[in-house]
Amino acid sequence: MKKQKLVVVGNGMAGIRAVEELLKLAPDLYDIAVFGAEPHPNYNRILLSPVLAGEMTINDIILNPLGWYADNGIRLHVGKQVTKIDRTARKVIAADGTEEDYDRLLLATGSTPFMLPIPGNDLPGVISYRDIKDTDEMIATAATHKHAVVIGGGLLGLEAANGLKLRGMDVTVVHLMPWLMERQLDKPAADMLKTSLEARGLKFLLERQTEALIRGESGRVAALRFKDGLEIPADLVVMAAGIRPNTALAESARLYCNRGIVVNDTMQTYDPRIYAVGECVAHRGVAYGLVAPLFEQAKVCANHLANFGIARYTGSVTSTKLKVTGIDLFSCGDFMGAQGGKGGTDEIVLHDPSGGVYKKLVVKDDTLVGAVLYGDTADGAWYFQLVKDGKNIHELRDHLMFGQNHVGDVGHAGVSKAAAMSDEAEVCGCNGVCKGDIVKAIKSQGLFTLEDVRKHTKASSSCGSCTGLVEQILASTVGGAYTPADTKDKPMCGCTDHSHGVVRQTIRERHLLTISEVMHYMEWKTSNGCASCRPALNYYLISTWPGEAKDDPQSRFVNERAHANIQKDGSFSVVPRMWGGLTTPAELRVIADIAEKYEVPTVKMTGGARIDLLGIKKEDLPRVWADLGAAGMVSGHAYGKSIRTVKTCVGAEHCRFGTQRSMDMGVKLERMLFGMGAPHKVKLAVSGCPRNCAEAGIKDIGVIGVDSGYELYVAGNGGIKTEVAQFMCKVKSDEEVMEYSGAFLQLYREEGFYLERTCHYVARVGLDHVKAAVVDDPAKRKDLFERLLLALKDYQDPWQEAVQKPVVRREYELIRIKEIAAEVQS
Amino acid sequence: MSDWIKVCRLDEIAPLGSRVVASSQGDIAIFRMADDRVFGLHDKCPHKGGPLSQGIVHGDTVTCPLHGLKIGLKDGEAVAPDKGCAKSFAVKLDAGSVWLKMS
Repeated sequence: MKKQKLVVVGNGMAGIRAVEELLKLAPDLYDIAVFGAEPHPNYNRILLSPVLAGEMTINDIILNPLGWYADNGIRLHVGKQVTKIDRTARKVIAADGTEEDYDRLLLATGSTPFMLPIPGNDLPGVISYRDIKDTDEMIATAATHKHAVVIGGGLLGLEAANGLKLRGMDVTVVHLMPWLMERQLDKPAADMLKTSLEARGLKFLLERQTEALIRGESGRVAALRFKDGLEIPADLVVMAAGIRPNTALAESARLYCNRGIVVNDTMQTYDPRIYAVGECVAHRGVAYGLVAPLFEQAKVCANHLANFGIARYTGSVTSTKLKVTGIDLFSCGDFMGAQGGKGGTDEIVLHDPSGGVYKKLVVKDDTLVGAVLYGDTADGAWYFQLVKDGKNIHELRDHLMFGQNHVGDVGHAGVSKAAAMSDEAEVCGCNGVCKGDIVKAIKSQGLFTLEDVRKHTKASSSCGSCTGLVEQILASTVGGAYTPADTKDKPMCGCTDHSHGVVRQTIRERHLLTISEVMHYMEWKTSNGCASCRPALNYYLISTWPGEAKDDPQSRFVNERAHANIQKDGSFSVVPRMWGGLTTPAELRVIADIAEKYEVPTVKMTGGARIDLLGIKKEDLPRVWADLGAAGMVSGHAYGKSIRTVKTCVGAEHCRFGTQRSMDMGVKLERMLFGMGAPHKVKLAVSGCPRNCAEAGIKDIGVIGVDSGYELYVAGNGGIKTEVAQFMCKVKSDEEVMEYSGAFLQLYREEGFYLERTCHYVARVGLDHVKAAVVDDPAKRKDLFERLLLALKDYQDPWQEAVQKPVVRREYELIRIKEIAAEVQS
Repeated sequence: MSDWIKVCRLDEIAPLGSRVVASSQGDIAIFRMADDRVFGLHDKCPHKGGPLSQGIVHGDTVTCPLHGLKIGLKDGEAVAPDKGCAKSFAVKLDAGSVWLKMS
């Protein structure tokens, strides 16, 4: 069959992104032709500012070199402006006569700078700031002339002014409004920005209206005159007073335009064969000028061009980051709040003029709707996420201003502000990635998302503690192009568009019992998933349908398949169970014997206060477990997404301060929870008095004995992100400790997303939600507890299975071959 | 002239699973796909030497258990943007048995 023809008018970021997304979905569906008015392949327009500032070159910012078009079989017509669309004959015609037929047409004509309708606006030396040509002209002029005037104190104008200043020009920014960047900043933040830019030598004339540009003797522009009669010298005038969607072509083809080419939620224009994306588009009355929304549109458009027909674009919340080196500024959402004329908003403000920090958060009905940050933008990405997700911030409200405390914990020397880091500073402590490496990859590879950066640099791809820093670096390098993914609806992985929440819910509602059933019913894009979704699905199935769904060992990470902890050399570690941390001389002898018999190279205490035998060969594991079993011992779950250990202090059994028998309580809990799988690891601790020697304050469940009973704390974490456990309730008896703890863990098991620790789970659903189920409603609590006990009832000791069942033991056996003689087939 | 050596029966490898063969050229991981195709790779990830046999098999790739590199099973090449290659061994299925060719 002959391929359909797709013609793309516009060789810029939106149009080409749509083509890239399309090629991912349906590489062979179309014969594609692309028209571009500029004589260049697709480049990263956002990075024109660093080029102007002399930090990068044009070659650095090419996103799709000519070879890319050729490799994908795309006919590229550069330097050809399309002047006509013949909708009847379904073809487009360029100024030079080139024609292309289309079955579907994609318009991505972008925008044109708004040139003030004043006398002299066509003089040589009067330009806009839009493309490579303008940038080149600015660079050339800076080398020969002195006075530059930028008309427009918005994002683009300030970046142009900063670049020209760095190129040695004397720069004045003229702005009609009372403060700079009024569409992105409120007045206090804008004033701080102005002060800081003035310190760099820029001059500002605010609330000035330009009347005319005056011609000099050489023929080019020489001065600028304001309405009030003031005249200033100007060898170069850059108009950055806004952009207008470029709709001329669409209008000439009689497509409906209204401040942009009007499209519906599928990016389709009034002619169903014609789509449009990018700055030329008006969607629900809004034309976007930042790149993040354009990429979202491109993705939706590609979905429809590929005949998938399931994506919708419903508009974007945008954020702004000024790309002026050394200035930290961020805003998103409805940052003006009540001042902006919308009622019912509160503002939380922190303003330290001498310290150079200003933060304003706009809150409406317990959700964050906007933010402006100046001087300290460390939490910009987090606030933006809260705005996009519309998350209820009731519980966070009193410390919302102080940020997520997400960065700067461990692994990067306590630094929390990316801007302050040198290029050599290590950002990702796991993979040894420096700031300079990340910036370089973002620029040279044209990366726009956190996922991209993770893939290309490995930064933030291991423990994730530097994610906030990497996001900041990304945001400051690509500016408004950066958009954090929706956490709420984020797909589980590349195999599906469904989120963890939707998958969990579907498994429950549709009573799905196997991984292949889920993948089939939910239309997985891959035949058998990946290393990220399969373990999650396996967990969701067996935790939702205990006794019905069958565990799939091949969908488990090696540690849970081999029931031991893999080490860097491929050997394993075994941690014999010591219930509640108690042991006996006889057990210690058994452990010592095993260590000698299997020549265990390292014996140490674990963080959970158990003995770790490290460096055991996989082949030897079943024998080690058999020896443990013969002595009446079992191994421990020191590796899994499951109950790990219950750490205890000495407690009332021996301690002179102890109020409760913490060892006894710890043993009971660890025995009750034996074999409990969970979304992530689960650690408990029981302390016998408030001195809390078992460190219960940083455990998933911390039990602290007091004279009148026990205090229960939940959702603590002592790892990547230190989180103090939150008080859940107080109970009187050991039985209550078990019931409340069990109910909490069952709730987490049923609602938690895979790889979500209790601290993340509780942060997502809120402690009130947890209390409502576990504390306030006895019937619910008892149900949860019973479901936990039911799920654990039939748990088989996996180590003895490996010892006794040949089929399971095979996992551990090496195959030895005779390479010379024996069974040979030639 | 190298010869085919019998390794094990196919049903001794779980679908989407693997077994390890000890050989004079080091450990060789034998993988079984969902559709019963079999592949053999040197059991060492090109990144930091992780045992590929212990990884999760999906599509025609295995994810290394140590740091998550994806390695193509057909040729041992790391999936882009990662780089590196694990040596590949010829493996075939014949009459329900898995055969390996040492090269």
